[in-house]
Amino acid sequence: MSTQTATAAIDIRETSKIYGRNRETGVVALDQVSLAIRDNEFFTLLGPSGCGKTTLLRLIAGFEQPTHGEILLFGEHLEGLPPYKRPVNTVFQHYALFPHMTVAENISFGLEMLDTPNTQISSTVKEVLGLVQMEHLANRKTDQLSGGQQQRVALARALAPKPKVLLLDEPLSALDFKLRKEMQVELKRLQNETGITFIFVTHDQEEALTMSDRVAVMRDGLILQVGNPREIYDRPAKRFVADFIGDINILKGRILSKNGAQATVKLNAGYQGTAGLPAETDSLGDEVSIAIRPEQLSFVSGAGPEHLSGSIQHISYFGSGFDYEIVMPTGETIMLQLQNRGAGDHAYTVGDRAHIAISENSMQILAD
Amino acid sequence: MSDQPSANIQPSSSVVAEEKRLRNTRLGLLAPGILTIFCIGIMPLSIVLVYSFLEPGDFGGVSWVLSFDAYVQLLFEEDIFDETLSFTTDYLQIFLRSVGLGLFTTIACLLVGFPTAYFIATQPPARRNAWLFLITIPFWTNLLIRTYAMLLILRDQGIINLALIEIGLIDRAIPILYTDFAVCLGLVYAYLPFMVLPIYASLEKLDFRLVEASYDLYATRFKVLKRIIIPLAKPGIAAGCILVLIPSLGAFITPALLGGGKSLMIGNLIELQFGQARNWPFGSAIALVLMVLVMLSLMTYLRYGARKGAPAHG
Repeated sequence: MSTQTATAAIDIRETSKIYGRNRETGVVALDQVSLAIRDNEFFTLLGPSGCGKTTLLRLIAGFEQPTHGEILLFGEHLEGLPPYKRPVNTVFQHYALFPHMTVAENISFGLEMLDTPNTQISSTVKEVLGLVQMEHLANRKTDQLSGGQQQRVALARALAPKPKVLLLDEPLSALDFKLRKEMQVELKRLQNETGITFIFVTHDQEEALTMSDRVAVMRDGLILQVGNPREIYDRPAKRFVADFIGDINILKGRILSKNGAQATVKLNAGYQGTAGLPAETDSLGDEVSIAIRPEQLSFVSGAGPEHLSGSIQHISYFGSGFDYEIVMPTGETIMLQLQNRGAGDHAYTVGDRAHIAISENSMQILAD
Repeated sequence: MSDQPSANIQPSSSVVAEEKRLRNTRLGLLAPGILTIFCIGIMPLSIVLVYSFLEPGDFGGVSWVLSFDAYVQLLFEEDIFDETLSFTTDYLQIFLRSVGLGLFTTIACLLVGFPTAYFIATQPPARRNAWLFLITIPFWTNLLIRTYAMLLILRDQGIINLALIEIGLIDRAIPILYTDFAVCLGLVYAYLPFMVLPIYASLEKLDFRLVEASYDLYATRFKVLKRIIIPLAKPGIAAGCILVLIPSLGAFITPALLGGGKSLMIGNLIELQFGQARNWPFGSAIALVLMVLVMLSLMTYLRYGARKGAPAHG
């Protein structure tokens, strides 16, 4: 992709959605959110339930109107346009397939509503059925399909009118684990093949990380951080983002010196090193929270000033690896994760004293 | 069904005994229902069937002579003098008028009832029951009383005419009472709840996320109604139409009072045969013909509906 100054697929400008009469008495579902989603991007809105991600999706689709602010689709204002006048389609959480129609009729519905010529409808239906590998079930009624198949039909139905933006509202949440994994790959493939901008809503952080080009983490109607999955995972800006995505150790420490986006910190537990620094900087010398991912820690044999140490309190085994819980002299508990590389690899047991090294450049200072 | 764990240990004879006992229990429990259906459904109908093939008694009742006169009479007129038969459409016209008025009533009920049912179904759940309660209020009063009330409203000195004269829209009272319009109005009023309730029942089950999905797929409000809501509410619409059409075909209080005996309907004709005309076989024959016609059209509808793959109503 070129470094583009092109118009965003979706440009959300200081948009709020308040249910009820006003800010004081109503519920603020979305609080002055600004966000630009690029063309041909797989963009994910990630957050716990009630964070406003579905509200944002419904504002883009046109099911709800924003209380304040504006939304632009490729530079055009969407204000006041009903859903049927927006070149945007939705894949609903519970699919919402029309039960009185066959698979093919479901898929052609949108095209019929757009007065597409019949010959073109049948070729497009065939094309999208192929895209989701459902050609053989075109004449089935939708209630004769499995969950995964319904999911594919819902996708095909939303893709058939060739929308400029496809909205996906937790479409995988009703599927079982294995099917979900399959569909994650499938969705990513579809996005690549169609070149349509996907906006995907989920509360599953793993789903967000595996599929997205960029992720926006939301809470309480606010967007806390926007970035690609690596940025979100490795450099969480806020404590909530760090906590919400994956396992993380949050230790207390102090900033000794700052240098742009980095700072030298000293953990209360002893270790001193560089850590990433988010934009909203904490003042020098204050106590800050510092995040370290469990897999960035490893055991070392000898004690030293560059290491942490403590006693192992708990070990849990989860197949592909082990989690060790270590209590340090400061009273803080730290979790260390090791890959399972075969027997005899790590001979620690509960109660052992252990020394821990932190990978270079893996600490991140968090804003609260 | 009766997969008792004891079946594995006990010899099969006791299983047979057990099943027999269960069957008897079932029969015993069903007996009151079966008896009721027999006594108030099948038996009277059989009497009507038998009577329709007899000759009328002199002072009502029947005389036990086998005769097909009642059926012949429906289509043919007997000359008083030379006893020759000639084709007559007198009764056919009454049938047609009844069907016409019935269909008109059904359509009017549908046009008023569907929006009403839709309105109730889209209210917040807590308020729906209150609305349904209001729909059922007319049932608290006897139909005869309600029809007399309609009569008072529609007559020349009734509030409609008085009000229209008062505003100056008309000089003289326009006759509303004793017209087909009055009969239809009365029938719509009497049977509207039977249209609203089944349609409400199917709209209430309707998943409004489907409506949202069709909006999303470029369907305008009208298209959503036509392609999504009406097809999915079809079982309720069909049930409502049947529930309104059948009783309005056989209605006799409403046409008698509001039609003033001018627009005779089948119901009045039947009532007449058992009353003043003292021709019980003829009355029975009309009733049976009406029943067969209704059954035939229902069966046609069901077959048509089944072929279209519409969900069975139940």
